[in-house]
Amino acid sequence: MSRIIMLPILLPLCTAVVMIFFRRLVVLHRFLNVAGTALMLGVSLVMLGNVQSGGILSLQIGGWQAPFGISLVADMLSSIMVVATALIGFTTALYSLGTIDKDKEHFFYHPLLQLLLMGINGAFLTGDIFNLYVWFEVMLISSFVLLVLGGKPEQLEGAMKYVTLNLLSSSIFLAAVGILYGIAGTLNMADLAVRIPMLGHKDLLSVVAVLFMITFGIKAAIFPLFFWLPASYHTPPVAVSAIFAGLLTKVGVYAIMRMFTTVLIHEEAALIHQLLLVLSAFTMVVGVLGAVAQYDMRKLLSFHIISQIGYMIFALAIQSPLAIAGALFYIVHNIVAKTNLFYISGLVNRLKGSWDLRRIGGVYRFYPMLGVLFLVPALGLAGIPPLSGFWAKFVVIKAGIDSEHYLLVGIALFVSMLTLYSMIKIWNEAFWKDDPRGEGSVEDEGYLLISSMKKVAMVVPIVILGSVTVVFGFWFEPFFVIVQSAAVELLDQGNYIQAVLGERP
Amino acid sequence: MTFLLAVIIGVLYAAGTYLILRRSMVKVIFGLIFLGHAANLMIFTVGRLTKGAPAFVPEGMEGFTEPFADPLPQALILTAIVIGFGVQAFTIVLFKRTYQTVGTEDLDKMKSTDQLPGEEL
Amino acid sequence: MYSVILATASRYLLILLLMFSVFLLLRGHNEPGGGFTGGLVAAAAYALYFIANGIDAARTIVRFDPLRIMAAGLLIAIASTFPSLVAGNPFMTGVWINTGIPLIGKVGSPLLFDLGVYFLVLGIALTIIFSLAEEDRL
Repeated sequence: MSRIIMLPILLPLCTAVVMIFFRRLVVLHRFLNVAGTALMLGVSLVMLGNVQSGGILSLQIGGWQAPFGISLVADMLSSIMVVATALIGFTTALYSLGTIDKDKEHFFYHPLLQLLLMGINGAFLTGDIFNLYVWFEVMLISSFVLLVLGGKPEQLEGAMKYVTLNLLSSSIFLAAVGILYGIAGTLNMADLAVRIPMLGHKDLLSVVAVLFMITFGIKAAIFPLFFWLPASYHTPPVAVSAIFAGLLTKVGVYAIMRMFTTVLIHEEAALIHQLLLVLSAFTMVVGVLGAVAQYDMRKLLSFHIISQIGYMIFALAIQSPLAIAGALFYIVHNIVAKTNLFYISGLVNRLKGSWDLRRIGGVYRFYPMLGVLFLVPALGLAGIPPLSGFWAKFVVIKAGIDSEHYLLVGIALFVSMLTLYSMIKIWNEAFWKDDPRGEGSVEDEGYLLISSMKKVAMVVPIVILGSVTVVFGFWFEPFFVIVQSAAVELLDQGNYIQAVLGERP
Repeated sequence: MTFLLAVIIGVLYAAGTYLILRRSMVKVIFGLIFLGHAANLMIFTVGRLTKGAPAFVPEGMEGFTEPFADPLPQALILTAIVIGFGVQAFTIVLFKRTYQTVGTEDLDKMKSTDQLPGEEL
Repeated sequence: MYSVILATASRYLLILLLMFSVFLLLRGHNEPGGGFTGGLVAAAAYALYFIANGIDAARTIVRFDPLRIMAAGLLIAIASTFPSLVAGNPFMTGVWINTGIPLIGKVGSPLLFDLGVYFLVLGIALTIIFSLAEEDRL
């Protein structure tokens, strides 16, 4: 049964290979992209069901026993993340049908998307730190190419910053892996969790922990390390922006979560959690202040990603079961809502022909339903009940109060208000106010030219993700039970170690 | 030998850090390459050096004979080198294309994606 | 710049180097070598041919689109994982068949995987070389 772990990685690889083989058949690419991601969603749901009922699954590749071979491990945390990835992959594949032009499709847009998903799934499922590095690189290389697809000057400029900082983070990662191997003699996460308490070199372990925190901090865009994100995320085609915004930074958050609750869990982790608490406050505040100042829709949303990462890091740093559950729910809610907002921004751009909020307006007047569709994720993100964001923030803040981090809770609430403000800003400028260019429908030309099939392809993903946000809000309980069991499982390393290493102590 | 390698790693890190702080794109690429090499050498050194004992099972034997080098750091470095090669090749092409499109190689002049629209600093 | 000596030599060298690359591929089972080095040597052979005879001649002699070679390599590598599935072992476990034929001996799925790596590396290296060469010509 544990072979199912391989599928979320193998499926996108196979579809990508077939697509490269038939590189001129763009129609086949589109079909495979949608079908492949739909299948992946199905498989990941089955996997989540299995893990929930039967405990952690692990797979030793090539039959080499852990810790000598590479292990793939699917615990609740990984499975939930893979489900979220598959959902976003599926909706993005649909959305791409409506937004990506032929040129980009001929330049391997669809296979690259599949490879990106493979990298992300691999990073979630691996049980080996060096393997995590490899999956990070797979993910990065595909994201590099997706970022520059089209080759506009601002894309290249943004990609420069993105590539440079991410390569820097990779080299730090490698250095940390090297030192860790030197100290512990193993890189299997479960084996490390067993051995690290028995090791000397506490000072060196702290160095390793800080190096890992910097690496994953760059990936997750936490406070002093986030500059690549707002410089690049608003430049590529909007479908790419959306999938990056939804998934890439969360891989960093996942890595922090895995590293400091499964692998490095002693004095060095306490240090990191102290650091993360402080950084999370800055991340929340700086991100939202950046967002408030922006008038470019996608830049505004990009800064928001940073601010939201702050909440996740805050919850992570508290480390109580409730807080971890909150963080996990927050991640899933945020992946869904944030991607959806990017989809909507792309649709508004198509309708009005600009990203600049000052130049557009009057969307609500002509497309009231789109206004409603925007309000669902926007208010959800800000935390208005009964949408998903309310519960996510509620749990995180409850955990914060329980652990007596009152100042941070105050900051979180304040930031929440500014989030609402910036969402209202988009609403006011793009949807509510009259179009500054007059009431004529000149700006709608672009939209009228799109075939109705493409319109459907753009709207359906928005509806899917919007309904997920609503469902999370109204039927919060069953989902929370799942993330709670994930949190409990995560905080008890014993199960994880036993699932990977077998019966050994 | 370890000492010598440690010095080399230190020099590579220092040079790499210095270079990625420059404003010229070419220097930044060199800086990134140096940092990558430094990390690889570090894995090699920290994984313990064993002289003249490659990690191969000798002809006609069933297992390793002491002393033998730990093969894992070597495998890690090989993987890292291959990945680094691919990523660096991409980076060089990207930087070249950026230079051709944007028309400058001074990183301080590439700030259009960081500015608010309509604002000239 | 066209050199008669290099152009003539490269034709023979191409065959020699390709043979050497296959040798490296097969040697990789127990000794240094393997799909990665083999693929690189094969790519170097074509690169030499391209330097001597120009990009068009090299393209004709490769015949296949390098990207297809790459995809074929990936497919072979993926296919090498299937025997372990049929045999019911953990994913990617090597499956060996003892043919009993002298010189060939045991054949197994890791060889198939290595072959996939060989084509993958060859395809990627050729893609890089050809696209750089063609950009130069523009």
